[in-house]
Amino acid sequence: MSKKKSKDGSLGAIYRSSTGDKIFSVINYTLFGIFTLICIYPFYYMIINTISANDLSAAGKVILLPKGIHFENYKALLSLNGLGTAVIVSIAKTVIGTATTVMATAFLGYMFTQERMWKRKFWYRYVVIIMYFNAGLIPMFITMKTLGLTNTFWVYIIPGIVQPFNIILVKTYIESLPRSLQEAAEIDGAGVFRRFWQITLPVCTPILATVAIFSAVGQWNSYQDTLIYITDQKLYSLQYLLYTYINQASSLAAMVRNSGMQGMNAATLATQQTSTSIQMTVSVIVVLPILCIYPLFQRFFVKGIMIGSVKG
Amino acid sequence: MSTKKVTGFKYFLWILPFMVLVFLFSYFPLHGWIYAFYDYKPPRPLSKCEFVGLHWFEMLFSNETQVSQLIQVMKNTFAMSILGIATSILPLFFAIFLNEIKNKKFRTFVQTFTTLPNFISWVLVFSVAFALFSSGGMVNYVLMNLGILKEPVKFLDSDSYTYLKMVLWSMWKGLGWGSIIYLSSIAGIDQELYEAASIDGAGRFQKMRYITIPELMPTFFVMLMMAVSNFLNNGMDQYYVFQNSFNKEHIQVLDLYVYNIGMTGSSYSLATAISMLKSVISVALLTVCNLVSKGVRGETII
Repeated sequence: MSKKKSKDGSLGAIYRSSTGDKIFSVINYTLFGIFTLICIYPFYYMIINTISANDLSAAGKVILLPKGIHFENYKALLSLNGLGTAVIVSIAKTVIGTATTVMATAFLGYMFTQERMWKRKFWYRYVVIIMYFNAGLIPMFITMKTLGLTNTFWVYIIPGIVQPFNIILVKTYIESLPRSLQEAAEIDGAGVFRRFWQITLPVCTPILATVAIFSAVGQWNSYQDTLIYITDQKLYSLQYLLYTYINQASSLAAMVRNSGMQGMNAATLATQQTSTSIQMTVSVIVVLPILCIYPLFQRFFVKGIMIGSVKG
Repeated sequence: MSTKKVTGFKYFLWILPFMVLVFLFSYFPLHGWIYAFYDYKPPRPLSKCEFVGLHWFEMLFSNETQVSQLIQVMKNTFAMSILGIATSILPLFFAIFLNEIKNKKFRTFVQTFTTLPNFISWVLVFSVAFALFSSGGMVNYVLMNLGILKEPVKFLDSDSYTYLKMVLWSMWKGLGWGSIIYLSSIAGIDQELYEAASIDGAGRFQKMRYITIPELMPTFFVMLMMAVSNFLNNGMDQYYVFQNSFNKEHIQVLDLYVYNIGMTGSSYSLATAISMLKSVISVALLTVCNLVSKGVRGETII
């Protein structure tokens, strides 16, 4: 009864201010529509440009629909030096980095709930506190050099294994679960590992999926690690390689502008054009995995953020 | 008793390897701070370098070119952070107004696609910027075709409105994402509040003002405190990719400056000195924010 009444009440309110409400709604829909378009369009723009005629695309003439469709740009990537290795490096660091950090996070999150552990609180704080300070760029670089990690693949993986924030997430999650299962298993004589594998790990899948997704996106997207610790081209990540391509394109464009010639000659135009198309095609390759898994992980991140707001 | 202790110690041994990793990559690097007190020239070992005491710290505050450079860097850092904090209210309004959209399909559509840019790297954002805004890019082509421009505008290779551009890019990337936390908070607001307000004849805006916004304030406050405690940590991801010889003066925030003088300019010791000062101030800021939070909300942020 009361619910029906309140519904009538709100309908009444809408009715009373209907003109104002309509104007508000129209503006609201329009603004959100525009902002959403601004968010999508660049991706669409890049994709249609990689399959359009390169001279039109270099002049910025491909705007709404692809013109002169061809797939030469993607074929050209195959012969591009270093791209193959960079793809492998990026995939490897994403897969291995995510797997190791998820396993470590699950294990540590679980172990920190084991009250019997020696100095448990101390070690937990010892891990959590590292979120709040940072030795700085140069000390980190010197450390990696001392440990012999610079210019090795492992610099992408090992420093990132222990992630305090994720550990807090998992620990809080485990603590929110009913303890009875754990206790029953303990009475049955199951050791700490068996309890971890057979009881805790299976029920932690949702939170671990969230952790995995964020680690994977982070690994795939990072370029700073390459920038700082890697000079060997064979170990370049895809992101960093893309950055070097864009930079070459921009320096080329700057050269053309600074030459002071009014009419750019065909040769420079041709070079500039390939660099633009290469840059966009590589960009599409870089963003494609994100676009593909995005619908999958979209439902996880709201959950992740909600659990994240619970303090550890 | 003693078996219990032994088990407890065994448990500890299992996590020991990870504690070693934490030590190696978080605590051990702190020893690098001593480089700030030496004149470190990379190929030489530290023992063969000159000990200079507080020379670099003094130089930061006495050497004229150094001081003016640092002031400019601090201006940039403050500008970016203040703009970031000022715009941090926008995700809140984004969430409130998105919540007013009754068409569920449209709402999901907006939420899905405005969150997408958060998941691409800054390199890719720069790639997007380059494709659209370089002199030969789409935006210049359209504006010139419409007769609005006669010559292409250098959106990227110039130093005009650098702060504004940077804020706009980070909003493009982060606005939709930032609103998610508020959207989920809104979903958690007790619906009876709205119903009661409707019965009392409250309109849409009154409900927003007197129910939604006050209910979201605690979340906003936490986000604000986090932003303030990260005042000096703008990071360099965004600024490094957008940096070029034209906009260097206004884009160099503290983190990027440390990178530029340390890794590019190879003055390891000076860079270490600066990042050391930064760390100390950051920890102080975090402590203050934590105290403020405790005083205002009775809850700490860390």
